[in-house]
Amino acid sequence: MGKIDIENLNLYYGEFHALRGVSLSAPERGITALIGPSGCGKSSLLKTVNRLNDLSEGCRVEGRVLLDGEDVYGGGMDIYTLRRRVGMVFQKPNPFPMSIYDNVAFGPRSHGVRARSVLDGIVEESLRRAVIWDEVKDRLAGSALRLSGGQQQRLCIARALAVRPETLLMDEPTSALDPISTAKIEELASELKKAYTIIIVTHNMQQAARVSDRTAFFLLGEVVELGDTSRIFTAPRDKRTEDYITGRFG
Amino acid sequence: MRAVFLAAACVCILCVAAICLFLLVNGLPAFGKIGPLKFLSGSVWRPGSGAYGIAPMILGSLYVTAGAIALGAPLGVLTGVYLARFCPRRARAAGRAAVNLLAGVPSVVYGFFGLVVLVPAASAVFGGSGKSMLTASVLLGLMILPTVISVTETSVRAVPEACYEGALALGATHERAVFFAVLPAARPGVTAGIALGVGRAIGEATAVVMVAGNQPVIPSGPLRGLRTLTANIVLEMGYAADLHRGALAATAVTLFVFTLAVNVLLALGRGKRPA
Ligand SMILES: Nc1ncnc2c1ncn2[C@@H]1O[C@H](COP(=O)(O)OP(=O)(O)O)[C@@H](O)[C@H]1O
Ligand SMILES: [Mg+2]
Repeated sequence: MGKIDIENLNLYYGEFHALRGVSLSAPERGITALIGPSGCGKSSLLKTVNRLNDLSEGCRVEGRVLLDGEDVYGGGMDIYTLRRRVGMVFQKPNPFPMSIYDNVAFGPRSHGVRARSVLDGIVEESLRRAVIWDEVKDRLAGSALRLSGGQQQRLCIARALAVRPETLLMDEPTSALDPISTAKIEELASELKKAYTIIIVTHNMQQAARVSDRTAFFLLGEVVELGDTSRIFTAPRDKRTEDYITGRFG
Repeated sequence: MRAVFLAAACVCILCVAAICLFLLVNGLPAFGKIGPLKFLSGSVWRPGSGAYGIAPMILGSLYVTAGAIALGAPLGVLTGVYLARFCPRRARAAGRAAVNLLAGVPSVVYGFFGLVVLVPAASAVFGGSGKSMLTASVLLGLMILPTVISVTETSVRAVPEACYEGALALGATHERAVFFAVLPAARPGVTAGIALGVGRAIGEATAVVMVAGNQPVIPSGPLRGLRTLTANIVLEMGYAADLHRGALAATAVTLFVFTLAVNVLLALGRGKRPA
């Protein structure tokens, strides 16, 4: 059993069958990479884990998504608690138009933390973990929108860490960034996996190979192949996986 | 074709220039004759005996505008946010239609509503005639609602969904995501809407004249009557002559400067949105 277990998941947007019988397990303190061409359902899968899909009109989910063995779609789990436990980093950095400090404090404040001294501690700790503290410690009151794209993305990671999640969902977190910023985020992901369970969606094969422990290859809403990253990239069992990772299509 | 557009643009610019010119030509001499300081800070307006102080009217305009914003801005912003992010789709269309209708109601109709509903109500609750700073503020607050509501709604809806989703993903409730992530992102637009409301409130004459009492004295409290700059011009222009007429034109110049200031502040605010 992993930290996150997805069992026979089917997802529909109205009539459209976007995920077909997906089963996947993300091991604790490891990075699981989701790869596959655009539109194959990777983002949809991430959004079922923190139930952000609830926002999409006509979206229907069958099957089970388990966090520590508990079904997130079962009645027992409070959606706000779920989202606190499962952080998300988006494709395009989306800092709020407010100060760096307020960005990081947003989550804790949403969960009732008010004391300034406690918030100060959380903000510093989160920014340190996201390896951006040194760059912003002198301008915490400055607008987050004035940071560079790479800094904004690390700020968004810090913001997600501030609610002390157990897992992180990263949806192509570097696709809008330059190579140096990308390298920093990858390094950060490798560091964070010591404490968090991470699922990362990426279009970049090298990135999947570099940072992940497990890889799942998706095609048209189905998991074609799932396994240890080193094995998938050296000895793919499915012809379609081989074609994709060698760049013959996608 | 190009020439047609150019001509149209020139006519517009000429009109604006002509208005400014005639305003200044008519108003500036009175400034000189009365003395600018005496005119602006004098607290007695008695044209019959040559006293031309418009301080009561300047304060009157500022008071009712501030009152209108204090009442209309929170109500309008909350309504706009409600229409954009809380109300069911079908109710939204109805709400929007109502707001547009409200925007199209002529001032004199608002004034009539104020006269037959607000003034008697104020009189019943607070005593007196009911024509007061408070009544005028409430009425103007109502009149700026459509502007504030529709500009707020538009700016809130223009905020990228990523901002809202980012807040939800942190475990925020819908309410918190809307008010503390989306609304701040819409702030430049909302501020512009409120500034438009200020412009409308300070320039409104017809409705205000009908409910404000129009005494040209500095009001000593919100239940006292007052006279605005606009009301001063509307009430007396019909029969004024010579210096009296000039003083009214100078009142118009003063009003013009106020509206200009609102516009400049608005432009400055737009220039330095956080980016
Ligand atoms: N909210 C939605 N409503 C309808 N269809 C959607 C919605 N979101 C995604 N889809 C469709 O579902 C499929 C999978 O999309 P997505 O999960 O974004 O793929 P990926 O992240 O792998 O590129 C696509 O065909 C997309 O058009
Ligand atoms: Mg995607």
